[in-house]
Amino acid sequence: MPVLERDDAHIWRRRTTGQSLVRWFGWLLGVAVFVYCWQLISESTTWFFVWDAPRIANDIWTRATPPKWDYITQLGRPIWDTLNIATLGTIIALILAVPVAFLAARNTTPSALFIRPIALLVIVSTRSINSLIWALLLIAIIGPGVFAGVIAIAIRSIGFCAKLLYEAIEEIDHSQVEAITATGASRWQVMAYGIVPQILPAFAGIAVFRWDINIRESTVLGLVGAGGIGLQLSASLNVLAWPQVSLILIVILVAVMISEWVSAKVRGAII
Amino acid sequence: MSHRELDDMLGKGWRKPAFVKNAWLRWALSVGFVAYLIAAFLTIDVDWGRVYEGLDRGWAFVLAFTSPDFISRWGDIWSGLLESIVMTVAASVVGILISIPIGLGAARNIAPLPVYIVCRGIVAISRALQEIIVAILLVAIFGFGPLAGFLTLSFATIGFLSKLLAEDIEAMDKVQAEAIKASGARWMQWINYGVQPQVMPRLVGLSMYRIDINFRESAILGLVGAGGIGATLNTAFDRYEYDTAAAILILIIGIVMALEYLSGIIRARVQ
Repeated sequence: MPVLERDDAHIWRRRTTGQSLVRWFGWLLGVAVFVYCWQLISESTTWFFVWDAPRIANDIWTRATPPKWDYITQLGRPIWDTLNIATLGTIIALILAVPVAFLAARNTTPSALFIRPIALLVIVSTRSINSLIWALLLIAIIGPGVFAGVIAIAIRSIGFCAKLLYEAIEEIDHSQVEAITATGASRWQVMAYGIVPQILPAFAGIAVFRWDINIRESTVLGLVGAGGIGLQLSASLNVLAWPQVSLILIVILVAVMISEWVSAKVRGAII
Repeated sequence: MSHRELDDMLGKGWRKPAFVKNAWLRWALSVGFVAYLIAAFLTIDVDWGRVYEGLDRGWAFVLAFTSPDFISRWGDIWSGLLESIVMTVAASVVGILISIPIGLGAARNIAPLPVYIVCRGIVAISRALQEIIVAILLVAIFGFGPLAGFLTLSFATIGFLSKLLAEDIEAMDKVQAEAIKASGARWMQWINYGVQPQVMPRLVGLSMYRIDINFRESAILGLVGAGGIGATLNTAFDRYEYDTAAAILILIIGIVMALEYLSGIIRARVQ
């Protein structure tokens, strides 16, 4: 314990001089980095627009209220498309995520040396790229539309679902697996009766959790042309139809809240 | 399991218990699910000819990953990437600083009711709005550039971090906080010595996780003009320069992986 001696008195201190110097330099470095970053942002900002922002915000608000309520008749189909993108995307992602998760989990992978790194690479690369970027890419490849949205959501979700699932597989109780093995079960039977029942609740929870996130993400996929309600949003934004924009934002908010409520209910029922 | 139940089961073959116990609910769920799937597939019109034509381009893109082109657009890539990193750093710092008081206010066991309601309201608004939608509105208000992206990410950080921090504070050990209070500590001292040490490890972990998310999100904000690498990526896709796009994606994946690795080390050290 560092003690400072001054005038024959021992004063307790939390850190030694060296430790506090290191900390002090750490903070100095952090502050310097932040100031530098702020300077870069400030350089590429037109400050006149920022000072003008309250007036613009007020202007947009007066244009956007009240929402154009009768526009909602045209939103039925986009909402249905959004729901389909999220649901079908989640289902496809789950179908693809299960084998990836089994290949990535330490206790079920056939080869820890070759196959596991590949599975982990699939998980990391699909997870670290946003669904909007996948949608951009898929639109360039297979053309705009709902299908591109479904695939984009599916690819983005593989990594997420597989990661959570393989962590659940690694945490299973081994004695059950051993018990099934002891009865003379084959590899697949061990899988079906020893491992799957243990991860089924986690699987259902992950599915609903990801579905909830996917509803959120699929509402904006239309901004790049991948179908759903975002298409209407970007069309309304492009013609500066602010009353329609505000109605669409309200609809998106309600959809997100409903999906969150459903997912909370279902997860509550499972756990 | 009672004797009677065991007697009933005697002499019958074992069957796997169903995941949903109630038979009626099980059947209703599966029938409804199949009906939904049929409806969803009928309303998605996939232009298979277009998909087939696109497969060549898709393959070209996959091949581009084997020969990514970092050189010819390096200037654009570097400025975009730097802007993304700068936005991430600045927004994470500001977001974390603001979310600590809001997180304190949103914990029911610390804050009085009026403060609690206000803070929970801020958290709910911030969580309900998607980053990209916030970015669209802020770009309309503040003009193009990284300032809008910075504000978007800070706003999103507040919702995420405050909510999880508040939940952690609500779940903390009351005894320690009371002991500090009993020693006659002022409010600030009470927070500083009674609450902060309990939630600090989790706060550090969550902050690292949020920095990771902020970087991933900063990669798409450019699509709506809020600065960052997204604009460069979008241009690369639009010009069908797959090798440049592949280079950008590889850089994003690499940085996300590095961040995840780093946050893993830091989280292991503080916990």
